Amino acid sequence: MGTLYLTATHVIFVENGSETRKETWVLHSQISSIEKQATTATGCPLLIRCKNFQVIQLVIPQERDCHDVYISLIRLARPVKYEELYCFSFNPKLDKEEREQGWKLVDLNEEYNRMGIPNSYWQISDVNRDYGVCDSYPTEVYVPKSATAHIIVGSSKFRSRRRFPALSYYCKNNNASICRSSQPLSGFSARCLEDEQMLQAIRKANPGSDFIYVVDTRPKLNAMANRAAGKGYENEDNYSNIKFQFIGIENIHVMRNSLQKMLEVCELKSPSMSDFLWGLENSGWLKHIKAIMDAGIFIAKAVAEEGVSVLVHCSDGWDRTAQVCSVASLLLDPYYRTMKGFMVLIEKDWVSFGHKFNHRYGNLDGDPKEISPVIDQFIECVWQLMEQFPCAFEFNERFLIHIQHHIYSCQFGNFLCNSQKERRELKIQERTYSLWAHLWKNRADYMNPLYRSDHSQTQGTLRSRMAPCNFLYKFWSGMYNRFEKGLHPRQSVTDYLMAVKEETQQLEEELEVLGERLANLQKSQLNDNKDKSKQQERSKQLGLSTSNNSLANTPQEYSNDLKSFPSRSPSQGDEEDSALILTQDNLKSSDPDLSANSDQESGVEDLSCRSPSGGGCLPSEDSGKDSDEAIFLAV
Amino acid sequence: RRATRGLAKNPQTLSVLGKGANSGCPPPLAPQAMLRSSQPLTGPNRKRCREDEVLLGTVLDEGERGFIIDTRSAQAAKQARMTGGGTEPKSSYPQWRRLHRPLERGRQLQESFIKLVDACNDTTINMDRWLNRLESCRWLSHVKAALSTACLAAQCMDREEANVLVHGAEGTDTTLLVTALAQVILDPSCRTLAGFQGLLEREWIEAGHPFHLRCAHSAYSHARLKQEAPLFLLFLDCVWQLSRQFPFSLEFSERLLLTLFDNAYASAYGTFLCNNEKERCLCKVKENTHSLWAWLNQPGERQKYLNPLYSPNALVIWPSVEPQSIQLWQGLFFRWIRSSQYLDEAWAEIQWLVEGSEPPKDSAGNRLSRSLSDPTARPENAR
Repeated sequence: MGTLYLTATHVIFVENGSETRKETWVLHSQISSIEKQATTATGCPLLIRCKNFQVIQLVIPQERDCHDVYISLIRLARPVKYEELYCFSFNPKLDKEEREQGWKLVDLNEEYNRMGIPNSYWQISDVNRDYGVCDSYPTEVYVPKSATAHIIVGSSKFRSRRRFPALSYYCKNNNASICRSSQPLSGFSARCLEDEQMLQAIRKANPGSDFIYVVDTRPKLNAMANRAAGKGYENEDNYSNIKFQFIGIENIHVMRNSLQKMLEVCELKSPSMSDFLWGLENSGWLKHIKAIMDAGIFIAKAVAEEGVSVLVHCSDGWDRTAQVCSVASLLLDPYYRTMKGFMVLIEKDWVSFGHKFNHRYGNLDGDPKEISPVIDQFIECVWQLMEQFPCAFEFNERFLIHIQHHIYSCQFGNFLCNSQKERRELKIQERTYSLWAHLWKNRADYMNPLYRSDHSQTQGTLRSRMAPCNFLYKFWSGMYNRFEKGLHPRQSVTDYLMAVKEETQQLEEELEVLGERLANLQKSQLNDNKDKSKQQERSKQLGLSTSNNSLANTPQEYSNDLKSFPSRSPSQGDEEDSALILTQDNLKSSDPDLSANSDQESGVEDLSCRSPSGGGCLPSEDSGKDSDEAIFLAV
Repeated sequence: RRATRGLAKNPQTLSVLGKGANSGCPPPLAPQAMLRSSQPLTGPNRKRCREDEVLLGTVLDEGERGFIIDTRSAQAAKQARMTGGGTEPKSSYPQWRRLHRPLERGRQLQESFIKLVDACNDTTINMDRWLNRLESCRWLSHVKAALSTACLAAQCMDREEANVLVHGAEGTDTTLLVTALAQVILDPSCRTLAGFQGLLEREWIEAGHPFHLRCAHSAYSHARLKQEAPLFLLFLDCVWQLSRQFPFSLEFSERLLLTLFDNAYASAYGTFLCNNEKERCLCKVKENTHSLWAWLNQPGERQKYLNPLYSPNALVIWPSVEPQSIQLWQGLFFRWIRSSQYLDEAWAEIQWLVEGSEPPKDSAGNRLSRSLSDPTARPENAR
């Protein structure tokens, strides 16, 4: 029972409880879909599904009120102008200089310098300074020294969306590099001298190898089909000294459907182990994650072990290409496994290279067929790696989850629009705040206590001892069942270890101080039992804190015939409650003719969308969501 | 009358399951008992046994009720009558309510185990089919079922405050699985290293789980013995699931579970020999062999099996049995296939963080201790 508020940016539900005034806040930007369910005796249920996998059910007594709320939420969740988004009204009470500093935290020029560029092989080019060559690329691109402006411009005319080959990562140890582009407009037989020269330039920038790999991340069939539309892939006969490779990652439509299917599995009531495993297999989700990871591993190996440069592309070079380049970079360079480095990586391969955040994640109301969990998949790849290499990353799972959350939340300006050009036109940096500064300020929450910069897992390339096919991929319940409190271990090992680490540090500092004092004393030595007993006491003290009663958990329903999900633990803090995980449902009926905006692929994908299952009622244990009255505050 | 085993009403079980005895919680209500037995020999003629009814009657006070958890399906239990077994008829045991929770045992369970090991060893398998293969082994379904049933038993005692009787057919397999697991869930003392050993002694070894028959050849043998079944492994797997969901609540680590698995099949020690106490007496096991516990509990050895995150948790631990919460025990099933190096390193970090043992770099504490023990040495930061 409680009160519902609708503001310009949030839906807020405040419970009527006497002691704690529990509030649930949901950003409009997070709302993926709203469903009116069948009226029951208690009222009219409204189901809100969010992009961060939270699901909320509101039961509104009066049908008319319910309808009003529904209509309002539909409008609020589908903004038409950027100015409607939360980031333009969000005010963290920082002054203008702090805001600016926040945006300067991640500097890509610094990053390329760190890589060792410019140098005798690579240079910065301003050919795109007014976005005249490619409007989805940044103004500053890094190209081989021997790539003149003429070559760049010529090459760009031969590439889909003008996205010419540009540098993503440079390995100074052996001069091998990862470059990225979009597909060539080769059709069946077209050639372009400048484009061929561009690839040669990339090859020449690595004197250690006489060929480069060209990796097309699409399935071969799709790439071939593109030739009929005048696009396609590089012909080894035309491009001297390339070795061509298809990797076979499916396109955005397949991925969107895969996620939907997986979320439907999460929605099942009291699923058996078989239901779950079958459903997960059937969605193909983990298979796709593996495909992306395998591509990244291939490229990392080519660079680190073979010392060969790689040019990566897909169709438009802003989805699969981004995923695969960033995974490869992460494997190659331990810097990207630090917190700061990871932010830089996202800024480099996703933000600056024109990943279409707006289209993919629905900042504004748009074409549902553009929506796809592309960056979600990348983030999951990182998590899978973290599970395999627990000591290798400076940050923890919570960091990844919060980044994903904010990609959809539009609370910060980093992930707005479709390109750097659009963001600059909107003056994002002057009108919004940077997520990176916010995360950096709270970095203590995001640390991995097992990370040590001198640990063997953090040196050099991340290598798996075994063949990639034996890499076991797990279902990420921390993300897809994020709000299911009953499913997760009650106490966080990460938090506990961070607390231990902090305490140890404090004690060590104290010991330093004492040591100095001791040295200054003229008298004979103190009893040295003091520090030893402190160490013992420390673990005991911390031990006690893990077993207090607020951590008591409650049993779920263990009988087979009764329904579903685990009961809530006693509410701890301000976490949002939720019941089931459901999917995005804003897909219109199937239409095989893809819009001009998305990847032009042959119609091999299954585009059929399902209407949401109306019957999926949530367990009544979520009764806190009943509202006895709905109040609208249109601000 | 009951087949062979007879009723075991364990006084230890009684006292420990009195709620809140050690933890400073509100004063315990009347303690509940968990009992185990084998099936009643009702037979096709619906025989009754006065003594059995009286025995079960005395467990319950006036007006109290109890639950009988039968680890066979209702149909299987009914069919058992044809061969002389059966179930407790409601009329003769009015205060007891019977619940059927079928758990796999015997041949089926061994097949499941063999299939899983096959799948894990199969290097040709690709991600496309892995989950299907995993599902078709059904091993994780068995883990889920075992945990659910144990939780049900625990729930009856802790939440319903009722007494519980668990039995299957023989009372030597799934029965012990349920009672032992339920105790780990309910009783914090069973989660200590010593307590867990005691639990194994009581609920598996003394209770007569036929280790010699059940843990004969494991998964690679072609022999496919009729009596072989990995119930004990299933128990260990369930305990591992608990340790994953409650990382602070068990005093022992995964390493102990793996060692127990090894020793159940092949051991230098006599602890898991034979099928029951009678056979052990006949073979003079205690006189002729060493005990696994004696070796494990030596100070130098013992610490290898401790969980560095352990912190005594006086509460009941209720696991989630949702499919997402139950994972494949990679440490066991991929033990020889995939290197656990990175995970081992992680545990070493955890150990170091929590215990401060063997820090890789010189800490202020060390420097200070050193300087204090040597009066002539001066700490680095002395001016």
